[in-house]
Amino acid sequence: MKPILFLLLGSAGIFASEALSGAVEKQPLNMSAIIMFLIFVGATLGITYWAAKRTKTAKDFYTAGGGITGFQNGMAIAGDYMSAASFLGISALVYGKGYDGLIYSIGFLVGWPIILFMVAEQLRNLGKYTFADVASYRLRQTPIRTLAAFGSITTVILYLIAQMVGAGKLIQLLFGLDYEIAVVLVGVLMILYVTFGGMLATTWVQIIKAFLLLSGATFMAIAVMAHYNFNFESLFATAVQMKDVSIMAPGKLVSDPISAISLGIALMFGTAGLPHILMRFFTVSDAKEARKSVFYATGFIGYFYILTFIIGFGAIVMVFQNPQYLDLAKQAVDGGSPILGGDNMAAIHLSHAVGGDFFLGFISAVAFATILAVVSGLTLAGASAISHDLYASVIRKGKADGLMEMKVSKIATVILGIIAIYLGIAFEEQNIAFMVGLAFAIAASANFPILFLSMYWSKLTTRGALLGGSLGLLTAAVLVVLGPTVWVDFLGNAEAIFPYKYPALFSVSAAFIGIWFFSITDNSDMAAREREAFEAQYIRAQTGIGAEGAVEH
Amino acid sequence: MKQEMVDRIKNDPDFIQLVSVRSKFAWTLTIVMLVIYFGFVLTIAFDPSILGTPLSEGSVTTVGIPVGVAVIISAFLLTGIYVRRANGEFDELTRRIKAKAKGE
Repeated sequence: MKPILFLLLGSAGIFASEALSGAVEKQPLNMSAIIMFLIFVGATLGITYWAAKRTKTAKDFYTAGGGITGFQNGMAIAGDYMSAASFLGISALVYGKGYDGLIYSIGFLVGWPIILFMVAEQLRNLGKYTFADVASYRLRQTPIRTLAAFGSITTVILYLIAQMVGAGKLIQLLFGLDYEIAVVLVGVLMILYVTFGGMLATTWVQIIKAFLLLSGATFMAIAVMAHYNFNFESLFATAVQMKDVSIMAPGKLVSDPISAISLGIALMFGTAGLPHILMRFFTVSDAKEARKSVFYATGFIGYFYILTFIIGFGAIVMVFQNPQYLDLAKQAVDGGSPILGGDNMAAIHLSHAVGGDFFLGFISAVAFATILAVVSGLTLAGASAISHDLYASVIRKGKADGLMEMKVSKIATVILGIIAIYLGIAFEEQNIAFMVGLAFAIAASANFPILFLSMYWSKLTTRGALLGGSLGLLTAAVLVVLGPTVWVDFLGNAEAIFPYKYPALFSVSAAFIGIWFFSITDNSDMAAREREAFEAQYIRAQTGIGAEGAVEH
Repeated sequence: MKQEMVDRIKNDPDFIQLVSVRSKFAWTLTIVMLVIYFGFVLTIAFDPSILGTPLSEGSVTTVGIPVGVAVIISAFLLTGIYVRRANGEFDELTRRIKAKAKGE
């Protein structure tokens, strides 16, 4: 076993036993966390059972029958978006670098208003189950669906690997379970939720998790602020004393204008191209509820990021240099004041500092629940791309029977779950920090441009969308591989061939220019018919006439 | 949708109004959000010291803190502004267009 892993395992015991001795040799189980997690699993499996009885048709399976309200969907979107990585990662970034953490989280938020103004209602009015429904609305089904499905599945798998590896490490750390057991557990529960409960169960898992996460984070932020009589100046003053004044100002996160713009584009357009997020807009009854969803989601997510900022600073004043959370073994080697389990554990340690073992257990259980909810949403989106886009539309040419399509979807869920477990275990020791970035880059460079232009540009043709979209996808993938995150950090080369971490500025431009060029030069009869069909599509997108409605249960 | 209906809706003054007013409104709000966000990150890229200035003499809180929180709140407010108008005015226009499309 590698020494670092050994430390990770050892630190899991600290919370249960409050003593370093013995904990390193044995890994005691964190009982309060496990009990609370079992309650969560029991409740969500109960919901899955309830949802399974209501999931009879393909429409139920993909969109929960279209009967989710705007408020519920807003909460579920927030649940989808506030992953364990963003909870632990952003509070860790604030803990480590202060203000830079806020800059990072703002980037993740500002895509939402754009989604509302540009795509949300059109998506709802035009689509049925997946965003490919919209992209291929007036274009040729086979090539566009295949490309969109490929973009979706790639995004989903990259995101899933990142979540699975994070899940394994986190659970190992929090609960004292083995990495492999943790990954298998997450995979199996996710398969159960999705195959039996479909979108209805997935939605409610998201809602409950979002509620728990927001409540827990609110409690932590209030507990921190109560120590400082709700005076931010004195919280910041103490934090500056512990670290130094640089945490109050922008640091190195955004250093040059090209990276700044490129990161902004990746986050904004990437969010608007994530298949599991786009799919959520088909779960509401109409455009009005779709709009409300984004309003509530933006509120919850923005509030959450303000909380993580306070939590990060709270960790600086209450966890940093606190001997209880100090990693003595690591300090002996590297010096400084490393905390047990690394910076990503800052929020977890803070939960112990403000609320003792019980609250630590609660936050650990919430972190586990968060991973489960996010992987379920991802898997459902991936399975829909396989069953609805590839099987029903490409292979069966739209003639598939609904029940058969749902069956394929369930099989796809099981296969994706197994792939996720396998890759989660295979990537255990890898530095996978680039994967979410790559998922966003592909979503921004392939999925979003096709979707956006199909809604707004009458001259778009199949050839343009196919060639331009593929160009965006390839550019994004190649530039990420040649850039610092893969070429240097993952492959270990000395210098990156492509100097920027975020390729979106270049790959999104490549996609838009490619789509534009190959569309306007397309003089085929087919292209002429596709352009003619824009008018009818535009009217439906704008008014919702002919849109998919909700079904009654 | 039949071509005849497409032509009818296309020439409906309510539809023309809906599309022009809404797209203008949506683009305006989009540009406001882009200006706020890219103004924020480009300020950081070109001169991070602006946001690192203390709010007042002797305070540790920097200008960047209220500015950052304001960017978050502006995103929420912009969505609120859009939803309010869309769920009222725009949905009323849409309802009229639909009624006419069905009725005639």
